[in-house]
Amino acid sequence: MTFSPESLFGRLEDVQSDAGYDEHPPRMGFFTDTSICIGCKACEVACKEWNMVPDDGFMLTGMSYDNTQGLGASTWRHVAFIEKPVDVPVPEGSGPTASTGTDLGMPTVGVPQVGDQEAPSGEGGIRWLMSSDVCKHCTHAGCLDNCPTGALFRTEFGTVVVQPDVCNGCGYCVPSCPYGVIDVRHEDGDGRAWKCTMCYDRLKVGETPMCAKACPTESIQFGELTELRERAQARVEELHEQGVEVARLYGADPGDGVGGDGAFFLLLDEPEVYGLPPDPVVTTRDLGSIWKHVGAAAVGLVALGVASFVGGRR
Amino acid sequence: MSGGKHAGGGRGETAMVPEADFESYYGRPIIKAPVWKTPDVPLYLFLGGLSGASAVLAEGAALTGRPGLEKVARLTASGGAMAGTVFLIHDLGRPERFLNMLRVLKPTSALSVGTYILSGFASLSGGAAALEVTGWFPRLKRLLGLGAAATGPALATYTAALIANTAVPIWHEGHRELPFVFAGSGASAAGGTGLLLAPARDAGPAARMALAGGTIELVASEMMERRLGMLAEPYHRGRAGRLMTASKRLTVLGHVLNLLGLRWPWLRRLAGVSYLAGSATLRFGIFDAGLDSSNDPKYTVVPQKERAARRKQTLGSTSA
Repeated sequence: MTFSPESLFGRLEDVQSDAGYDEHPPRMGFFTDTSICIGCKACEVACKEWNMVPDDGFMLTGMSYDNTQGLGASTWRHVAFIEKPVDVPVPEGSGPTASTGTDLGMPTVGVPQVGDQEAPSGEGGIRWLMSSDVCKHCTHAGCLDNCPTGALFRTEFGTVVVQPDVCNGCGYCVPSCPYGVIDVRHEDGDGRAWKCTMCYDRLKVGETPMCAKACPTESIQFGELTELRERAQARVEELHEQGVEVARLYGADPGDGVGGDGAFFLLLDEPEVYGLPPDPVVTTRDLGSIWKHVGAAAVGLVALGVASFVGGRR
Repeated sequence: MSGGKHAGGGRGETAMVPEADFESYYGRPIIKAPVWKTPDVPLYLFLGGLSGASAVLAEGAALTGRPGLEKVARLTASGGAMAGTVFLIHDLGRPERFLNMLRVLKPTSALSVGTYILSGFASLSGGAAALEVTGWFPRLKRLLGLGAAATGPALATYTAALIANTAVPIWHEGHRELPFVFAGSGASAAGGTGLLLAPARDAGPAARMALAGGTIELVASEMMERRLGMLAEPYHRGRAGRLMTASKRLTVLGHVLNLLGLRWPWLRRLAGVSYLAGSATLRFGIFDAGLDSSNDPKYTVVPQKERAARRKQTLGSTSA
């Protein structure tokens, strides 16, 4: 295994060989195109069934149709529902009296357009965004680098997986993730850490991960990461041509703060609206600086100790 | 209804800077707060500082012939390390798997590195303390004590790397000052223990160590809070804010009693208690502030948006 500064931060062409694999399959990933997500949650269900993930509580949150709230130890795919008020300019002469036809408020087919969702009252409307979130399988994974037991490891597919038989539940991975993905599961009574494995068992035998398999609209696409990035670029350009200027890729850039995500997204709003960090940076970027300052402080403590005994007999 | 603009924070206390508008997903946190237990982990941070700096104090006392102080410091170093280890193991989800920490050495993981520092230090300081009590093999005791004094400062300061190398904004962005805060706070606690327990005739070095350590702790925290700017808000509100204020007052009180102790030596014992309490409350305050900083999406979103905007600006100006 080679150990270089690129292992911790920056562009890294071949994440598997950096992790010590001499020969390996191509890096696999997810491209989640939220512009065609219909919020059906088939991915959440399929993931739970295949991976035998326990339930995460049956409660109503009042957050639109989202009752799982976020990714966690027992939620490895999470469908976000965003109801965002939009200010729709009221067209001249329109209003409740001037409305033409009878709008039953039925969903229509096509690219979401802000104007489509104008309320009949003309007071602006609600924009509805749906997105299936998942572990990003970062090129530079804070959880993996901070794990003290080696329970978290890089697979030959370039994904990041926890070995439950090694994890001792120290919880260090939890605040190490810049996306807030991995979490410990207290319900088992032992607090070990869990997260998406990108269905490592299925990948091993050449199968598609369950969430992608179950997705009815191909909002979740699984494949070789390089190919997915090209496909995503084409899709975002297509949307821009159609006038959906808000479309943008998230996590697709290998030059970003985590060296690019193995699972990236096409979003229709700012990342934080979906509960994603706007500009995540892996914590190990500053590891050198952190240890340098620790070293200086430790030397300072020795000096302080020596100084305490110099001068004065009392 | 979500996604709307939140006036961030707004938990009743005076903001340091104008409130920044930001969006979030139903106000939910973006990063996950540490799942470490209280009081286990804050106490571990405190005991690491106390025992690490005590090992330095013990060796100094041995070198300069202060047996009373040496004994107190050796027992504190070893006792602190052992208690710290217990808290660290108790905090694990699967304590029986503690030894999994030693199946690899990962230089990228502060917890992995720290486990080796702790194991080494606990053995060395424990050996030195045992020989101190029994009076056997005085030269071996000094050798073990020297080893403990060499690893002690690492134990006292690595815990700053442990919490700084996370995505918790208030810890990560404070990584330049945190090691100095911890070093100062450790010295203040070790000196405090010497003042409290060592014979008065030996207490001089402990008094100076506490004076210097406490001052470094105060100055480095102040510098850290200033540089953090808006991110430092959790240090000034809620439970963390109260703990941080209490810590500062206790350390200053320790200083006052310490100096008055030059005239009335019995006050030094009280100074010792005050220093110890100041050092401990500091760790609880820093820990609590980390939880607060994680749970409020503002501290993740606002600085990152600003960073992204700055980068865009630089890119724009270079391409233009």
